Amino acid sequence: MMSEIKTVTANRLKAGDALPELSVDVSATTVVLGALASRDWRPMHHDYKFATERNGVQDIFVNTPNLAAWFERYITDWTGPYGRLGRIQFRMKDSVFPEDTMVFQGEVKGVDTDDVGCSWVQLELSLTVDGKTVNDCSARVAIPGNEGDNPWKRKGDQWKPQA
Amino acid sequence: MSSLPAEVQSWIGPKRYEAEGEFDVERGYIFTTCSSVENGNPLFWDEKTANEITDGFIAPPSMISVWFRPHHWAPNRTEGALPLQVHFDLKEALGLPEAVMSDNTVTFGEPVRPGDRLKTWQVLRSVSEPKTTKLGTGRFWVIEVVYENQDGEWVGTESYTGFGYKRDK
Repeated sequence: MMSEIKTVTANRLKAGDALPELSVDVSATTVVLGALASRDWRPMHHDYKFATERNGVQDIFVNTPNLAAWFERYITDWTGPYGRLGRIQFRMKDSVFPEDTMVFQGEVKGVDTDDVGCSWVQLELSLTVDGKTVNDCSARVAIPGNEGDNPWKRKGDQWKPQA
Repeated sequence: MSSLPAEVQSWIGPKRYEAEGEFDVERGYIFTTCSSVENGNPLFWDEKTANEITDGFIAPPSMISVWFRPHHWAPNRTEGALPLQVHFDLKEALGLPEAVMSDNTVTFGEPVRPGDRLKTWQVLRSVSEPKTTKLGTGRFWVIEVVYENQDGEWVGTESYTGFGYKRDK
């Protein structure tokens, strides 16, 4: 069954490997749909007048939880469904607005196996708009060590995403 | 704005706003979220794959906070409820009308599944001295939000860095 599903395994990765770039054109619908999908009713994510006059920004902007969802999608597009997020950290440097084109890029920084035998890939990711970084992201993602392994089966003390 | 009010100081450390989600984890929001970011991961769409890999459907891990954002309106509610209430408490207590989030770290535990009813609490970890950025003058703060499922299993922790500010004239 595993051969039918895209799977990245640790034994085939090395530091410096690049993730395929993802480019997304953002519209007002992208912003509002993302905010409502994440149950974020705050007006700066759907009300142009509030965003520009109260927040002092150029337009409504993508909310943080939806950016997390974009990064998750970007990561698991690459790992396939066996990839299991352990930890994700991102720093917002600027906002993403309608008419922007988001470009996601990523690189493998390292591959390791923890003391309970779980394989991890450390990723450095970026989100840029017009070449300017608006968000840096680090992710620690559990992946199969080889075909037949499944990080999702780990529970309790066999799952150590904090390391 | 130089010294931190005692009330705010007392918020640093203790658990606050322990709460249960207002509704069960459900697939409608999972589909809407996946749709919003065009996420075709079969764990959320294909039952056979979900059964093989995750013993049934799960929610995207990055949705962890979604299950606690209160309804915009609900009957018999006397006060507007706000997500990440500590963040809004800080804005009010410190007189900082605007705020943005600058940093977010999420650590994931047990997968969240449709039908789960999650619990949460918030912990204020720190509040900075006054700072001036291009947005205005204010303070940075760090808030942790911890999540468990109905069986007491840890499902995740979010750590937010917020910046509350007044726009400079």
